[in-house]
Amino acid sequence: MSITEKVGAGTADFADQRLGSNKWLGKNLKKVFPDHWSFMLGEIALYSFMVVLITGVFLTLFYKPSLVEVVYEGSYVPLKGVMMTEAYASTLDISFEVRGGLLIRQMHHWSALIFVAAISVHLFRVFFTGAFRKPRELNWVIGVGLLVLALGAGFSGYSLPDDLLSGTGLQIARGIAQSIPIIGTWAAFLLFDGEFPGVDFMSRLYMVHILLIPGLIIGLVTVHLMMVWYQKHTQFPGQGRTNSNVVGYPLLPVYMAKAGGFFFIVFGIITMLSGLVNINPVWIFGPYTPDQVTAGTQPDWYIGWLDGALRVMPNWETVAFGFTLSWNILIPAVIVPGLIFTAMALYPFLESWVSGDKREHHLLDRPRNAPVRTGIGVMSIVFYGLLWIGGGNDLMATTFNLSINAITWFLRITLFLLPPLAFIITKRICLALQRKDRDKLLHGYESGRILRLPHGEFIEVHQPLNNKEKAILMAKLDSEQEPLALPAKTDANGVKNKGYRVESLRARLSHFYFADTIAPPTREEIEAGQAHVAHEAELEAPLHEYEEEAYVQVPFHGGVLHREGAPMTNAEALEDSRRTD
Amino acid sequence: MSSDLTPRSDGSPEATGAHGVVSGSGVNDRLARPDYAGPGALPLAAVDHTPRRSDLYPKAARRVERQITLMFLLSMLMAVLFIVGYVAIDVGTEIYIPVLGGVGFQNLVLGVTFGLGVFLIGAGAIQWAKKLMPDVEVVQDRHPLPSTPTEDAKAAEQYQRGKEESGFAAYRIMRRTLIGALALFPIPLVVLVRDMWTNDDPALAGQSPAEILSSTAWTGGLRIVTDGTFQPLRPADIPVGGLVSALPENIEEIQKEAHNLNERGKSAIILVRMDPEDIRAQQGEGWDYQGILAYSKICTHVGCPIALYEHRTHHLLCPCHQSTFDLADAGNVIFGPAARSMPQLPIGVDEEGFLVAASDFNQPVGPSFWERG
Repeated sequence: MSITEKVGAGTADFADQRLGSNKWLGKNLKKVFPDHWSFMLGEIALYSFMVVLITGVFLTLFYKPSLVEVVYEGSYVPLKGVMMTEAYASTLDISFEVRGGLLIRQMHHWSALIFVAAISVHLFRVFFTGAFRKPRELNWVIGVGLLVLALGAGFSGYSLPDDLLSGTGLQIARGIAQSIPIIGTWAAFLLFDGEFPGVDFMSRLYMVHILLIPGLIIGLVTVHLMMVWYQKHTQFPGQGRTNSNVVGYPLLPVYMAKAGGFFFIVFGIITMLSGLVNINPVWIFGPYTPDQVTAGTQPDWYIGWLDGALRVMPNWETVAFGFTLSWNILIPAVIVPGLIFTAMALYPFLESWVSGDKREHHLLDRPRNAPVRTGIGVMSIVFYGLLWIGGGNDLMATTFNLSINAITWFLRITLFLLPPLAFIITKRICLALQRKDRDKLLHGYESGRILRLPHGEFIEVHQPLNNKEKAILMAKLDSEQEPLALPAKTDANGVKNKGYRVESLRARLSHFYFADTIAPPTREEIEAGQAHVAHEAELEAPLHEYEEEAYVQVPFHGGVLHREGAPMTNAEALEDSRRTD
Repeated sequence: MSSDLTPRSDGSPEATGAHGVVSGSGVNDRLARPDYAGPGALPLAAVDHTPRRSDLYPKAARRVERQITLMFLLSMLMAVLFIVGYVAIDVGTEIYIPVLGGVGFQNLVLGVTFGLGVFLIGAGAIQWAKKLMPDVEVVQDRHPLPSTPTEDAKAAEQYQRGKEESGFAAYRIMRRTLIGALALFPIPLVVLVRDMWTNDDPALAGQSPAEILSSTAWTGGLRIVTDGTFQPLRPADIPVGGLVSALPENIEEIQKEAHNLNERGKSAIILVRMDPEDIRAQQGEGWDYQGILAYSKICTHVGCPIALYEHRTHHLLCPCHQSTFDLADAGNVIFGPAARSMPQLPIGVDEEGFLVAASDFNQPVGPSFWERG
């Protein structure tokens, strides 16, 4: 036993005497985690959040959340002698005086951007594969909460340097708060300690950014992961993978090495990116004053869609009974985002209500096998994308020499036209892919070999599927869902059905969701198809015999068509053949 | 035992369970038809497995070992280089790098050495896992999540016991008063929020938020000074087609007294001069001075300061959300999300010939709010 092992065993024993931890270790070190590249997306989110935390702690050592005006005396020449707030001056000091400060600041910003991006793509994966279905609905809701918190963390963070850009963002946020009916002005005054920009606000925002939101995120991430651990990860359909097993690699050593190593990969890439690519150069923007602004102002990417919504909204405002309702702010900045996040959180419950499906789902759907869900997902992405374009309409106009008014009008119209179109197209594509899958299950795949039969007919030879692919295609069966039947208006005794309206709505939605599908083939159909494939193979057999006679085996693959594990050189091939002999 | 590892070679449909429906199978016609079992029915054992080169040839395995060791060694080297960069390079040194342009040399060195050092640890660990650790998948069973009926019954029994022992159901008034007390207990916490802002500015004594938002520092006769140099302006200082950002002359005193920039955020204005013939409408009769018009600088949409002015069309464009105002037509909105025209400040000149405000704005500047009307 090496010294490390002795120390390790001692520690394990110490813990076990007090916590009984060996029981847990013995059971869990062999816990199996399924493997798929898309399962890394959530990991990227987790790891970039860890980088945010580590770098954030460093930044708090130097940053001063104060709006007291000071004269800048640092080493950045263009701003020497300029009046600015302590918040901005300390951010400049982090960038120019503290060694490695700029690196950490840029790592903090880059990892925050990657954090939100990874959450978004992780959300797509979970949505499109139906991983949110029973029993994981609660974890989906937590995930939506984490997304909202991540947006809040990002916004509160990039507002802290108090440069011209971030101050403008805060001014917009204040304008939105002020537009809220009845309580708007009071809410804005309480939050900002009076008028904008005020003095106490920065320390409040700082508290939100380094305590409130990170605390909530850490808490929710912990629950999120514990639930993944306890419920076990979902898996994609495949050979040997059922709804009641997990196929993958054990925690120790493979998963630990892969996931642990991936943390360092993410950390390393963010660090190199921050060394090489400048981000948020606050010194260029200058200190914030409420009466100045730069043209082409852009928020961080994840706020772009909200800014876009503000930009494309028509200028509706209602004044009645001496009170003002600013629809032009309320709709894009409060109502629409509120509805979107609520609908998102409730989606798993809506879908299970519509399907009437109470089963547990541990096998993921292939997106094509849930055409309506996939359509809704793509539709939402298109909607988001259009708003996002709206957030950059000024840059689009100047870059492509277009009229900004034309872009805005284009978006106002396409926001209603394109998402439904995207839904229809996606659904059609899904059904077409289903049809293709069904064909493959029936006849195997097209080999590309054309055969002329003795009587002159040309056929394309089909090749049977391998088990791996067959298993994936058969997963359609698991995603199949029968639409609910329409309820009866009255029961057998002629008594009126009280829940008729709700039930019929449910049935109609269910029809909308599940009626259009390409039914998976029956066993008889598959058998017939396989007979067909066998027949074609029979027709082709003489050709193969002829070819084999003329074929001289070349032991060296030349590296071009080399497969993993096949011999690389003639010598190896020779060694191989000797061994098998 | 359900959590036992099953090596893949043992995986058969019997052992792994066929197309499992864990709980409550639906009334699903299409599913109930026993056409064929689900994907799991094809045993995992039949998966083609190609052994890796490192499995077959000890030489290849040793090469991988060397690669990984080299990565870890390089990682250590990077940590050393990081310290060298930290100590030896001055924080202000700039170098030119093609594509990237002028960059801070120390930042570059620290980022690349630290980043590469961390990256190599990860790359080594993953290479280790992929090439030298087992690449055969294993099977584990899932536990059914719901409790068994016996466990359900036990939980219900315990609940019942607690209910009876506490008498929660029996003591009706006590129960209701407890609920009432619990409902009221957060109220003090909410009340405490009230003092997040108090109106302690003597100049604004007794004013509500809506009233504070409705007035600015401008008064009749107050000189208009340029933003930045704080020089009073004569009409001749502004050429036709020109735009000047301006503030009230006492802005510096106000800021010094209040220790904040609040007033600047409200009373900032722009002065534009156009041919008096071009002015089609104003918000008040004679509010211009010889074609010089003063408008609030704060957008009526969500409050961005505006200064993008096109002097030929007299259009003013907000850089934040592209609301466009026609300054020759009383500052009316001609495009974009803003609903209100830019408030106009009536101006004139004093006896010394400097531009002055004729009065305060006749409406609140900046974004709309509920009490604005």
